[in-house]
Amino acid sequence: MEIKVMHQVMAWNEDVSDAVKATLADHQVCLVNVMGSPGAGKTSTIVALINALRENYRIGVIEGDIAGQIDADAIHAMGIPVTQIDTDGACHIEAMSIEKMLPEFDLDSLDVIFVENIGNLVCPAEFNIGESFRLALLSIPEGDDKVEKYPLMFATTQALVMNKYDLKDYFDFDDQRVERSAREQNPEVAVFRLSNRDGSGLGELVDWLSQKIDAQIGRCPS
Amino acid sequence: MHELAITQSILDIAEKVAQEHGATRVREVHIKLGEYSGVVPQCVQDYFDVISQGTIAQGAVLDIQRLPVVIHCLDCDQDGQIDRRHVRCPRCGSTHLKLIQGREFYIESLEVD
Repeated sequence: MEIKVMHQVMAWNEDVSDAVKATLADHQVCLVNVMGSPGAGKTSTIVALINALRENYRIGVIEGDIAGQIDADAIHAMGIPVTQIDTDGACHIEAMSIEKMLPEFDLDSLDVIFVENIGNLVCPAEFNIGESFRLALLSIPEGDDKVEKYPLMFATTQALVMNKYDLKDYFDFDDQRVERSAREQNPEVAVFRLSNRDGSGLGELVDWLSQKIDAQIGRCPS
Repeated sequence: MHELAITQSILDIAEKVAQEHGATRVREVHIKLGEYSGVVPQCVQDYFDVISQGTIAQGAVLDIQRLPVVIHCLDCDQDGQIDRRHVRCPRCGSTHLKLIQGREFYIESLEVD
């Protein structure tokens, strides 16, 4: 016997993602899903963005880690509200984890929450977590073929950040190839070249982020 | 590895729907999966074989049919099938597109006893 079903397989995640979005919209909070490989520089980029944005925005952080809370401690030391999702081995964050974390924050006293996703170019891309937009990092030592090898990550992001850009000449990294292949899959993607060591490129990323956050929280550009 | 969470969802839905219809065994699960998804079908079947043991869906075959990416071009007003690695209108080359198909991931039907 055949039974018609027509049931979304990802409904358990998508429904919660929509609920998280609605909650954040009520409180006018922007959620940024920061993704990239282990060692791509997600934490140091979030730290640099906090320092650049904290004058104008009230910021919180959700740290996703498979184990330990080294990153959360570093953010906490900056005086920024931070909670930790310990996935206990899981390779990605799901919307349900974000939903559980939101009550830990006073959402009315925040404008932006950065979520540091699990270091991985594959699995996190599959799961919406209620984010306003995504930021995918690719660091120079990882190689200039990664956008082609991990298409979903770079096809679903609103911004691609080539991090550790000061190392470009040591790794024969073709940044034009990366930008070209990213735009082939994702014509609207914003592309940035960043170094957290010397701060180059941070200004462009901060300007772009500020515009996106302002649009999300209904603030007129200053 | 994320396929495990997804496979659990497939099993839960299949079991629930089959039981609602008084079925005693699930033979096949027919699934539609857009090409935009990064889910690996063989991986889903392998996980399913393990986690369905001892359930009414034990031994069921997952028939996963991929759906190509189809866009509507907002410049030339035509629909076209594209490779997800080259997101542009196959007719006029525009990147001003609306996705019509390619992100689906749903259970279409079950074959049960």
